[in-house]
Amino acid sequence: MSMFRDITIGQYLSGSSVVHRLDPRTKITIVGVFMVVLFAATDAAAYATLTAFTVLAVHLARVPARMLLRGLRPVLILLVLTFTLQLFLTPGRTMFTLGPLVASWEGLRMGLFMVARLLLLLVMASLLTLTTSPVSLTDGLESILAPFRVVGLPAHELAMMMTIALRFIPTLMEEADKIMKAQMARGADFESRSLSRRIRSLVPLLVPLFVSAFRRADELATAMEARCYRGGRHRTRLNRLRATALDAAAAALTGFMAAVVIGLRWWPG
Amino acid sequence: MPPDDLIVTSGLGHRYGAGTEQEVTALEGVDLRIAQGEFVAVIGPNGSGKSTLARHLNALLLPTEGRVTVNGLDTRDPDHHWSIRQTVGMVFQNPDNQIVATVVEEDVAFGPENLAVPPEEIRRRVDEALALVRMQDYARHAPHLLSGGQKQRVAIAGALAMRPACLVLDEATAMLDPRGRREVLQTVRRLNRDEGLTVVLITHFMEEAALADRVVVLDRGHLVMDGRPEEVFSEVDFLEGIGLGVPQIVGVRRLLEEAGHPIPPSVLTLEAMVDFLCP
Repeated sequence: MSMFRDITIGQYLSGSSVVHRLDPRTKITIVGVFMVVLFAATDAAAYATLTAFTVLAVHLARVPARMLLRGLRPVLILLVLTFTLQLFLTPGRTMFTLGPLVASWEGLRMGLFMVARLLLLLVMASLLTLTTSPVSLTDGLESILAPFRVVGLPAHELAMMMTIALRFIPTLMEEADKIMKAQMARGADFESRSLSRRIRSLVPLLVPLFVSAFRRADELATAMEARCYRGGRHRTRLNRLRATALDAAAAALTGFMAAVVIGLRWWPG
Repeated sequence: MPPDDLIVTSGLGHRYGAGTEQEVTALEGVDLRIAQGEFVAVIGPNGSGKSTLARHLNALLLPTEGRVTVNGLDTRDPDHHWSIRQTVGMVFQNPDNQIVATVVEEDVAFGPENLAVPPEEIRRRVDEALALVRMQDYARHAPHLLSGGQKQRVAIAGALAMRPACLVLDEATAMLDPRGRREVLQTVRRLNRDEGLTVVLITHFMEEAALADRVVVLDRGHLVMDGRPEEVFSEVDFLEGIGLGVPQIVGVRRLLEEAGHPIPPSVLTLEAMVDFLCP
């Protein structure tokens, strides 16, 4: 029984849809723009536009709906809570009363908008990670952050750290599994019902895991140095990111969507 | 210095923690010349300074005494380090701790990327290096799903993509199963023979050392023997005296000789023995 076998890193679903083929920089930027625009939306027409955009994106990505729904399950409680709080705590015309609590029509409207906002946000964010491999996500982030190097942001170093983390997570998981089995063979109890005992049982797992992680880090640093690594300066890349006509089309569509939503807010009617 | 000497160490000494209470002398007075195209095995008991020596060959460690030159460049000059590390590629013991990227081909590209090679040229070198270690079918695979022997071949490809003149394997087979060990050894032997790559194989498996053109023996930081494998492995008593064995075949040869069947000393591997006995 391996405790860690089911954990996959990221939730990338490989495919060849138009969304998969977009440059990661385009996708990251679209999600960024979408988030900003989402907070400018105040009426039903704006939400309808945003929803249409999201549905179109999901459709084009050809991602099974159940994959997206699975990602929403953990936040279900948050959605219900948000809706309930908005419903009862927004002052306005009374819809119904529940003991001391008064539900208002304005609350219903606010609650629905709030839930829609969270849902759209989550779907778009999941879509990004579902259609972009961790490697290209990292490359995209590095490229987007690169201009901020002039103000001292270590864009390359951050991306390198992410890459190494992604590379070593499966290795360390395997190791954790091995250590756990070794400790269980010596009578360690990882399945106790008592929380304090369970936390204490993690010590003999975490200590060797950290010791080994530090040793690995040291060896990896030596190996990187042996392969002439000296930071991000003067470095070239095997795979360069290339924006195509597809990216231009996606950007145009996003721009149109943003213009509609912002137009509805400031020039209603 | 003759131009065909790729690596020269003269009076090389290294002390860890010099000037402290835990000062340890790892190497002392090592004189070694490695010519272009040679296949040299370095053997020695644990703590004999094998890995310390390996790390001097590409300036990961700097001599505390004497000097090391690679292609005539002194390793003590920091300006030469990148050129030296490009010339002398290195493969380490633990296959997991030397692979940087999450995709095989991106890992092989890591060295040339650091050398600022243009992307089209990196692509060429990556494909070529993966083909040389026969891993071209795994270019898009995730490294953590490969076997130990495959990971080490990827690590070799990563070094080859820098177009080195020499490959140093620092106990690169120690953590592998017999099959992985065979894969790696066949690969380096082929690279040495067909591509003219200089190979320095640090190992504690005598059977592996028997495959080299030349065997260097270290003991407590000193170079105690340097010669052809048949010369070195005929000194059975000396090797056993410093805690090393000899290839199993050498023992078999001795027994056969005692029984009155002389076997030439160049027979050091199982294959060679079979070829000799059943021509």
